[in-house]
Amino acid sequence: MQLAVWTYEGPPHVGAMRIATAMQGVHYVLHAPQGDTYADLLFTMIERRAARPPVTYTTFQARDLGGDTAELFKTAVRDAYDRYRPQAMLVGASCTAELIQDDPGGLAKTLGLPIPVVPLELPAYQRKENWGAAETFYQLVRALAGPHAPPPGEASSRRASGATRGAGRRCNILGPTALGFRHRDDVAEIRTLLQAMGCEVNVVAPLGATPADLARLGEADFNVVLYPEVAGQAAGWLKRSFGQPCTTTVPIGVGATRRFCAEVAALAGLPARAEDAALRMPWYSRSVDSTYLTGKRVFVFGDATHAIAAAQVAAKELAFEVVGLGSYSREFGREVRDAAKAHGVEALITDDYLDVEAAIAAAQPELVLGTQMERHIAKRLGIPCAVISAPVHVQDFPARHSPQMGVEGANVLFDTWVHPLMMGLEEHLLTMFRDDFEFHDGAAASHLGAKAAPAELGHGAAPAAPSVPAPAAVTPHAVAGDPIAWGTEAEQELKKIPFFVRGKARRNTERFAAERGIGVITLETLYDAKAHFAR
Amino acid sequence: MSVASAAPIAVAGCAPRPVLRERGQHEVFCGLTGIVWLHRKIQDAFFLVVGSRTCAHLLQSAAGVMIFAEPRFATAIIDERDLAGLADCNDELDRVVARLVERRPDIRLLFLVGSCPSEVIKLDLSRAAQRLSRRFMPKVRVLSYSGSGIETTFTQGEDACLASLVPEMPAEPGTARSLLVVGALAEVVEDQMLRHFAALGVGPVRFLPGRRAAELPPIGPGTRVLLAQPFLGDTLRALESRGATRIPAPFPLGVEGTSAWLRAAAEAWGCPSARIAESLAAGEARGRAALARHRDSLAGKRIFFFPDSQLEIPLARFLSREMAMELTEVGTPYLHRDIMAEELALLPDSARLSEGQDVDRQLDRCRDAQPDITVCGLGLANPLEAEGMATKWSIELVFTPIQGYDQAGDLAGLFARPLDRRARLEL
Repeated sequence: MQLAVWTYEGPPHVGAMRIATAMQGVHYVLHAPQGDTYADLLFTMIERRAARPPVTYTTFQARDLGGDTAELFKTAVRDAYDRYRPQAMLVGASCTAELIQDDPGGLAKTLGLPIPVVPLELPAYQRKENWGAAETFYQLVRALAGPHAPPPGEASSRRASGATRGAGRRCNILGPTALGFRHRDDVAEIRTLLQAMGCEVNVVAPLGATPADLARLGEADFNVVLYPEVAGQAAGWLKRSFGQPCTTTVPIGVGATRRFCAEVAALAGLPARAEDAALRMPWYSRSVDSTYLTGKRVFVFGDATHAIAAAQVAAKELAFEVVGLGSYSREFGREVRDAAKAHGVEALITDDYLDVEAAIAAAQPELVLGTQMERHIAKRLGIPCAVISAPVHVQDFPARHSPQMGVEGANVLFDTWVHPLMMGLEEHLLTMFRDDFEFHDGAAASHLGAKAAPAELGHGAAPAAPSVPAPAAVTPHAVAGDPIAWGTEAEQELKKIPFFVRGKARRNTERFAAERGIGVITLETLYDAKAHFAR
Repeated sequence: MSVASAAPIAVAGCAPRPVLRERGQHEVFCGLTGIVWLHRKIQDAFFLVVGSRTCAHLLQSAAGVMIFAEPRFATAIIDERDLAGLADCNDELDRVVARLVERRPDIRLLFLVGSCPSEVIKLDLSRAAQRLSRRFMPKVRVLSYSGSGIETTFTQGEDACLASLVPEMPAEPGTARSLLVVGALAEVVEDQMLRHFAALGVGPVRFLPGRRAAELPPIGPGTRVLLAQPFLGDTLRALESRGATRIPAPFPLGVEGTSAWLRAAAEAWGCPSARIAESLAAGEARGRAALARHRDSLAGKRIFFFPDSQLEIPLARFLSREMAMELTEVGTPYLHRDIMAEELALLPDSARLSEGQDVDRQLDRCRDAQPDITVCGLGLANPLEAEGMATKWSIELVFTPIQGYDQAGDLAGLFARPLDRRARLEL
């Protein structure tokens, strides 16, 4: 058993729902008890979808457990087919139904429906949401495109005819789903980019695709894999079955977008792409205004794809220093470890937010790039933060065009990441003038919301929080029996340090004092410590 | 799977009225959701769900932003290793609880909350609670109840929780008369009610749940129970088995409901009718004035209720009688005949009652009825809005203070606002 307050990923059947909801003409019958319909509101509220997800739940109850749950399931499948007339169906079990072992696939087969019915085996006690999405997409692709695959050893007819024309410019875009972080806009951005290069987009899947579209996947010459967490498995199968190569670069950031374009150009036999006039990010980052960004210490956490890409952008395109890199995607642990090594840090692979909180508190970054959870951790610690990865709340499904990928994506990243730092600086300037009559000490940081407590490391808990001792790592200066005291003058001076590095300064000074057996920290101690650590 | 039947139910003093009973897909929350408001109410209790990642994900989705404020609930997620053998599962649970108790020294009461997975694998949480209680008493008392979807719908989680507290309540010596108000209410509402009871000479008044786990109210044959919420059938049964008796009353929603609710208690205490009328007059006047502001926008409008919290029938009664709304269908997840008798007597015959749900069929009926406003869960609200129907999402009715005179206007406002918004938008 694992004690969890907060989970980065839902159960695997939520991943399956993300595929079903992304597509058209697919219906998912989920053997599940009452209450599992809660997942519908992720789609209708967080993503603000205007239709119910295409999912029917069997809603079995305790009194059904005697034996007729299998019949209940069959009736649900039959009713759902009659009502929705989908082109294909998915059938599977949620965590509870997995325990009662009704075999959704076998039961659905006995109904003899005139459409493809794809059974899903999603081990709910081992796997999680992204794995469920990948597996579901793979099973659908295999079931629907599989019948069109050429016999082993034979090139597909489409690729053969393309080869005779001397061009293989037709591609699929794979990976975008419902509830995906900025998937809608990433697809628009990459589609535009590919078309500008002269590539034809065959099918985008699963987002917006029908089962008939999946059946046509083999007609493309190559695949563009936007989100390896979701599409990697299906792309691997398409490569084996249709001989379609796929892109390996995720085009997040300027450099990655350039590498992605080069990769696509090579796969499609097209000339490399000229620089885009709309790409403002490199100039913004080179402009003198950005000089203060140099060496800013940044902690990165998210799904593997976004975390690895963000770390790269942070280091190479904004000249930050990556002081932490981690992911909750255990399936991509190796990739994250490799990337972390390149940045000279130890990768943090965990799905326990308390571990992430401790790591952030220990690294004392000046900026956190993470999920919704890291946003809240950073808020507690009074550190600027930007969101780079799911899970996210409703505000990160914006109305405006807001991709992470491609040219406009790079522009968006610059604005999104630099904004909280600017806010931090503004905040500091305001506190510098705290003694002015217009500013008082209790004024909350503007980016922390009206109710936030004054930003002081380890004491920024939300007001609604019950009195709970925070993990020891979060309050490094509040260790029980701490003999080190702060002199009034030194304490005053400490307050002049920008709040987002104040915690680090306090901690370093206390460590400096402790190592030298200094009981009371004076102004001298503070500056001695500053000199000691400024190397 | 759609089994619908229309069976008459007997209502005191009324002709039996037909209730459409349905089963099929239920678009509702399970009882675990009750934790989200119960943990705010009982300030030194912790709720540990023993369940799957789905349960944790549900709580996270239902609790929204609250989850980041170190709330007093969590999930012990069952994994593969736990499924291998039950003995292992109990050891694991003990380990998780020990870690929790150590980490959260402020906890005095720990609820082990059963889920669908824990019940299907037949993990005996009541035995686990006894075992852990022995280990951690007197510092922490450990109880258990089920919030699973296979047993409970949404607010029934509160019922199961409170029912688990009843055996722990101390016995009231003798037959001293006391009033026990049952059902979690916002503190502002509790305080208002206490002032009314004091003015009516009703007392001593106690609340279940109380704000501290250690302060469980005593109970005995002199205890009179006044339900503040309609979804408390099991709790009532448990209280009655300890000798308490219920004061029948409609629920304190709207001016009429609040007056009837307070009057029922006052009469049980022998308060003279004239004094009751005098004592309630000011509150009634304030409530009516607040309601009048919304009557123009609500009167004559047709409303449809999807089942959610069991609050639907009292809400429908309030909206039809005090706001002159027209009821089309009033759906409830579960209809407790005795508890709802006073409400049903006040409900117009024209309203179709339904119990349980087959969501696709109910959506068909809703579209046919073309109501002016539909009360439903968040999974249905936006899709119905997209079809051109005005909706009021129902969960807010559980989290917002809506009981009593001074909240009556706010309650009407919750229904008036979606209509007002639709009228204002030029899009």
